[in-house]
Amino acid sequence: MWQVALRKVFRKKIPLICGLIIAAFLMVAFAAQFMGFGAAWDIPVGGQYLPPDFSDFKMWLGTDILGRSVMYKTIQGTRVALSVGIITAVLSAPIGIIFGMISGYFGGFIDEVIVWFITTLSSIPNILLLIAISYTMGRGMTAVYIALTATSWISLARILRGEVIKHKQKEYLVAAEALGVGHTQRIFKHLLPNVTHQIILSMTFMVEIAIRSEVLLSYLGLGVQNLPSWGKMIDDAKGELSTGVWWQLTGATVAMFLLMFAINVLGDYVRDALDPRAHV
Amino acid sequence: MWTYLIRRFLYSIPILFGVSLVVFSLFHLVGGDPATILLGKHATAERVAMVRAELGLDQPLSHQFVNYLREVVTFDFGKSYATREDIRTKIANGIGPTLFLTVPAFILTALLSLSIALIVSYYRGRWIDRLSLVFFVIIMSLPSLAYILFGQFILASKMGWFPISGYGATFSERIYFVTLPVLISIALNLGSDIRFFRNSVIEEVTSDYVRTARAKGVSETMIYLKHVLKNSMVPVLTYIVIQIPYLVLGSLLLESFFSIPGIGGMTIEAVNNSDFPVLKAMTTFISIVFILSTLLTDVLYRLVDPRMKFGK
Repeated sequence: MWQVALRKVFRKKIPLICGLIIAAFLMVAFAAQFMGFGAAWDIPVGGQYLPPDFSDFKMWLGTDILGRSVMYKTIQGTRVALSVGIITAVLSAPIGIIFGMISGYFGGFIDEVIVWFITTLSSIPNILLLIAISYTMGRGMTAVYIALTATSWISLARILRGEVIKHKQKEYLVAAEALGVGHTQRIFKHLLPNVTHQIILSMTFMVEIAIRSEVLLSYLGLGVQNLPSWGKMIDDAKGELSTGVWWQLTGATVAMFLLMFAINVLGDYVRDALDPRAHV
Repeated sequence: MWTYLIRRFLYSIPILFGVSLVVFSLFHLVGGDPATILLGKHATAERVAMVRAELGLDQPLSHQFVNYLREVVTFDFGKSYATREDIRTKIANGIGPTLFLTVPAFILTALLSLSIALIVSYYRGRWIDRLSLVFFVIIMSLPSLAYILFGQFILASKMGWFPISGYGATFSERIYFVTLPVLISIALNLGSDIRFFRNSVIEEVTSDYVRTARAKGVSETMIYLKHVLKNSMVPVLTYIVIQIPYLVLGSLLLESFFSIPGIGGMTIEAVNNSDFPVLKAMTTFISIVFILSTLLTDVLYRLVDPRMKFGK
């Protein structure tokens, strides 16, 4: 179902452009992570607070207080943001899938315990849970990954639980049971393909929320420590604006805006394509 | 009805216990030694031992948990580590300023986005609708920090239209200080609200009974006033109501940027000061408020929604 929907989505122009934007971000992050793109961000390339100069790539966004290239910092920030987004989604999706499907499929006591756990975790406002986890685990990336994973799986588990309960009564599952298909096979071969689109959609939003949260945590000084991050760049910009230095804020804001915009729009199109009743 | 009320009320007890368990294990088990986080890595052993004793961290875990449960039940969270203030007084002082910021922002956002959503959905599919959809996705996609910095720097500092930060003693002074943060808060939430409301309204407009009404010759305006408005309010109200508990939490960033002495600003301050007891108390307190407001809304829904009355 979702393969058809994706093919339908990418035949249109706007979602295709959004997909290309996301792909470009992924490529920048990949190059920064594995090929040393922008790795020289901590080496001064000129004087303090030089304005943007378009003749030289590393000067496109000027320099910061230590004369470092803001362009390189933005590139390294992209790497941090995307790795947080992707790692969070990859780690929390299996947790959400397992808890949600088991809870909805088996019902009874297991369901009650899992629902209790989910309700408990969602009674603590997300942002406080994030802050509390990354504060107590010590500042740094590992804490950010754990904090975001611990909070992101909850909504997916809840959505899947509802979906599975809905599907459980459908003929194809009843038929599978009548034919003597076991639980494991029924869950993985019959149920899972029917909820894959929900998982994909949820993971898109996990990436978005994770990137937003990373920026916030880094801004609070709880996030990444030895690498540039969009949040830290915006934090720097707080003091710079009054002296007329706007390029650091612009670099981080534009980068984050483009990525969020592309994810939002693409997510909309995918959701509409998956939902036959949706209205564009 | 009464059995439902009692059952629903009793259900919040295991949730409250669960929250206490999670918060306790976060602050006492999972993390490193809070005394070391507080004092930094280079503190002497005696200092660490002293702080541990002061925070009750030298007692066995079971004792610590019982102590913490007592704190939760009595709402007595001890003293702030950084300022020595009583945390309960701190929270009580913070609620006023927080609500002064969040309540007007919440009401105005709801009214504004609902009106815009109604207008936009009336022109659904036409250029005004498409254009505004793009516009609101753009609004949604900008980082919240950018709004705050832009507002504070351009509108307050450069233009001088608003005070840069602060909070007044009198009502009119407070309004003067709170206007810009309220406006920013509206801008932050407008996009996602409008999109949700628009979809709820359109869901209703394109439903079968509306098509029948239209076929019978009922005018579009009448359809809106008599049918759509009423029925689309169910998802809209649910969406609005679930935001109410967040009002007490306030906006962490707005309060800290505009120096509004509320709950959110205090939380950020606690992070910056590594104020372990305050951070723990804030997390617990907000979660309790959360549990109580969900309880209240569930009960109210039960009372208000006629469809619920015939259920079990």
